[in-house]
Amino acid sequence: MQPYSALSVIWNGLTGQRDWSRQWRDREPKSAYDVIVVGGGGHGLATAYYLAKNHGIRRVAVLERGLIGQGNAGRNTTIVRSNYMLPGNREFYEHTLKLWEGLSHDLNYNLMFSQRGHMALHFDPAGRDAFARRYNTLRMTGSDGRWLRRDEVRARAPYLNWSPDARFPIEGAFVQERAGTARHDALVWGLARAADARGVQIVQNCEVTGFIREAGEIVGVETSRGEIRAPKVALCVAGSTGPLAARAGLKKLPLETHKLQAFVTEPLKPIVHTVVSSAQEGLFYLSQSDKGGLVFGGEIDGHPSYAQRGGPRIYSEVMEKAVALMPWISRVRILRQWAGVMDMSMDGAPFISTTRVPGLYFNAGWNYGGFKATPASGWCYAHTIAKDEPHELNAAFSLDRFARGAMLDEEASGPTPRLH
Amino acid sequence: MRLACPFCGLRDEGEFAYEGPVMDWPALDARPAKWVDAVYLRDQPRGETRELWRHHLGCGSLLEVVRNNVTHEVASVGHADPAETRALKVRVR
Repeated sequence: MQPYSALSVIWNGLTGQRDWSRQWRDREPKSAYDVIVVGGGGHGLATAYYLAKNHGIRRVAVLERGLIGQGNAGRNTTIVRSNYMLPGNREFYEHTLKLWEGLSHDLNYNLMFSQRGHMALHFDPAGRDAFARRYNTLRMTGSDGRWLRRDEVRARAPYLNWSPDARFPIEGAFVQERAGTARHDALVWGLARAADARGVQIVQNCEVTGFIREAGEIVGVETSRGEIRAPKVALCVAGSTGPLAARAGLKKLPLETHKLQAFVTEPLKPIVHTVVSSAQEGLFYLSQSDKGGLVFGGEIDGHPSYAQRGGPRIYSEVMEKAVALMPWISRVRILRQWAGVMDMSMDGAPFISTTRVPGLYFNAGWNYGGFKATPASGWCYAHTIAKDEPHELNAAFSLDRFARGAMLDEEASGPTPRLH
Repeated sequence: MRLACPFCGLRDEGEFAYEGPVMDWPALDARPAKWVDAVYLRDQPRGETRELWRHHLGCGSLLEVVRNNVTHEVASVGHADPAETRALKVRVR
């Protein structure tokens, strides 16, 4: 791997940019590996990277049905935060934020990770109290969180609706200063480049169509490009988890597949300097990308779907929330609207787990919080695959937690996936 | 997506709420493990599915919808309880 540095940028700038090498190689599949990671999204690539880096397992293949980073890795709203409260979630998401803080250097790739702060607005005393409990928990467990009064929020975010007749008068906000945004395509390519440099083979246009079993164990996969064998097969295909896991013998799963929309406006001059979120009348979150577009979204469409497109009901709901919070946004044009397909789990928490099928490992159920989790998801999944048991950071994310009554229901909305 | 409510007619999906898959619930005195599976585990159909929807911003009926979850084509909408359909027919006549 050609290391990137200020010197290499200057040198190539002076010599006509001719001296750059390929960032990673698109490989032909071999007949056998030590580990097959199914799915070349952020989590799959991170898993392969940490398998090579932390556990010295280099005969690793990442099999991707299409092109890497074209699923949910390229469809999210790029927000990174760790303001989760429940034990299990708390440690895991703090670990992911800590990994993010060093990841650009670790990968030698500029992920444009910008710790611009995440501001969760509240509108009434009940909202303030609920957030106070959450952010006090953050402070007591080694993270950061702070309450901003109305005038402090107004100083940071004069663009919000401060008029006396605002539909939702803002009372204050809780801010996590270490949270922020990152460039999602850079994450995918940075992980691919670093994994490739450590011997991981990335195979694109290679769809897994079935699984090879011997004596009840999974010993490889059937793909659109032939059979590939490995003693360990790791699923990492959020959005397609159900159908693929069924072929591997896991017919029933604690998740439903839903779609979530996101929107981006035409580029504007810098105006929104933090991530802003609101849980009033349903979820809403917005940030401004480095290109200037306002990137925002709301709730899932609410019914199971594998269509990577959204319906007009959520479209209008999200626009109403945007205009209620910042009326000037009604004059900004929407540039693009899209949807991603996601695993909504029964308690709103993910799975990084061994399974009852020997040789099969399971990573899924990220609801709509998967982007921020990418580094720690790969880190913990790699550990689970290499050691055949979960790390203490992902022990709570087991597939069988429901039978033990150990749900991780951050939203307290019960076994109803569309409400998480 | 629009659903044809048997009582109200063709309405936008925004009037309806998805209530979960049509499934057989275990007997009330079944083993706890059966209930854990029923409450927390789901089949993973890709394509045509049988679902329960409630017309919560309309007549309030609980509906059984046969729908394709890839194309969003709706094959049929009827009352989840067949007795409701029969009662409705009698009244209309």
